[in-house]
Amino acid sequence: MWRFFYENKAQIFQLTLEHMWLVGAAMVLAVGIGVPLGIVLTRRAWLRRPVLWSANVAQTVPSLALFGFLFSVPWLGARADRMTIAALTLYALLPIVRNTFTGISGVDPAVREAARGMGLTDLQMLMQVELPLSLGVILAGVRVATVISIGVATIAAAVGAGGLGEFIFSGLSMVNNQRILAGAIPAALLAVAADTGLGAVERRLKAHS
Amino acid sequence: MSAESPNNVVLEFRHVSCRTEEGRTLLSDINLEVRRGETLVLLGRSGSGKTTALKLINRLRETSEGEVRVEGRATAEWDPIQLRRRIGYVIQEVGLFPHFTVEKNIGLVPRLEGWPEPRIRARVDELLALVGLESELRGRYPHQLSGGQRQRVGVARALAADPPILLMDEPFGALDPLTRAEIQREFRGLEQRLGKTIVFVTHDLREGLLLGTRLALMESGKLVGVYSPEEFLRAAEPTAAAYVAAFREADGSG
Repeated sequence: MWRFFYENKAQIFQLTLEHMWLVGAAMVLAVGIGVPLGIVLTRRAWLRRPVLWSANVAQTVPSLALFGFLFSVPWLGARADRMTIAALTLYALLPIVRNTFTGISGVDPAVREAARGMGLTDLQMLMQVELPLSLGVILAGVRVATVISIGVATIAAAVGAGGLGEFIFSGLSMVNNQRILAGAIPAALLAVAADTGLGAVERRLKAHS
Repeated sequence: MSAESPNNVVLEFRHVSCRTEEGRTLLSDINLEVRRGETLVLLGRSGSGKTTALKLINRLRETSEGEVRVEGRATAEWDPIQLRRRIGYVIQEVGLFPHFTVEKNIGLVPRLEGWPEPRIRARVDELLALVGLESELRGRYPHQLSGGQRQRVGVARALAADPPILLMDEPFGALDPLTRAEIQREFRGLEQRLGKTIVFVTHDLREGLLLGTRLALMESGKLVGVYSPEEFLRAAEPTAAAYVAAFREADGSG
């Protein structure tokens, strides 16, 4: 088995990079959309139900089906990697939005009251108090979303977006175990590395709150 | 009602009522004046409305009727942020920011107001000395401090931008009796040196008598009366007399 890995190491490396690009781009988008959305939810109570419900629905749709839906969406469905990144972003939204909302809501009410009484504006409250104190919880959401994304991204190969799923799918159709493992093991290692790495950062951030 | 000249009155409640959204009355028809430099104690039991009244001053709550005037202007006319920057606020739970050092906690408002760093550092030193804390504590985090130390930092933080008005909501209530007595004594000395106008909420008559220039007794959302400490002890008014009796009994004397 190791010989297979060694002989194909260039391609394994290439596919790993593709995989990381797909997940990375999706995570940047998910954080860029999800964190502000979570913040808005703390300020607008009426939005909570609809937004959290939608994010929940997005998560329960089976990944292959989600790819199928996105295929018919005009600009997104045109290219495999766009479609994949869109799907991964949608999947990542729920943990991130929910954790941002929970983290900020969980700030000690006494701290919140003292800050308001001191004359902090809403923006100052957010930047100086709420976000710094929720960073650990938000990062936990990012960690969960990342690990999920790494797994879901293996399906991207089914629609031709590349990534480690390539080896898994081609290995399945060729009935080549080594090939399958050449895709599955790096993917699993990526997930573990992301979980461990982000977990360490998360612990550092939680130390102060 | 007042024989005081207008600019001696720093805070005023004019026919103030406050109701919850569901219609429950928290305060009804409060008329009160707080004079410059005095410590007005809002005394009463839980549910008497004293904390609600306090929060109307810095607009953490809004009136349902009537108006509260701060430095001659109705609170509704003030920009809430500007109003709160002119008023120091100390609460029982302290509410220190756990992710900031003592120094960053105290220096927050000056920093937001754009003070230069050296001035902020000097001010922090000055305040630590004022509240009786060693300057080595400046780099510590709140979770590394005792309850008494935390509340001292809370007071220092409220005084940082040198506001003319200080609001305190049962600030020493969560401390053990020894620490509380010590802090009360020190605060009494501080009051005289600071010369600020202070509104101090408490349910503890002894604390009110020790720290207050005048005591405003509240019961069920109404202002029963305003007394000097001596007047309060001799008061014939039933609620006041009951309060005095309850405390005498707790002391073990007749």
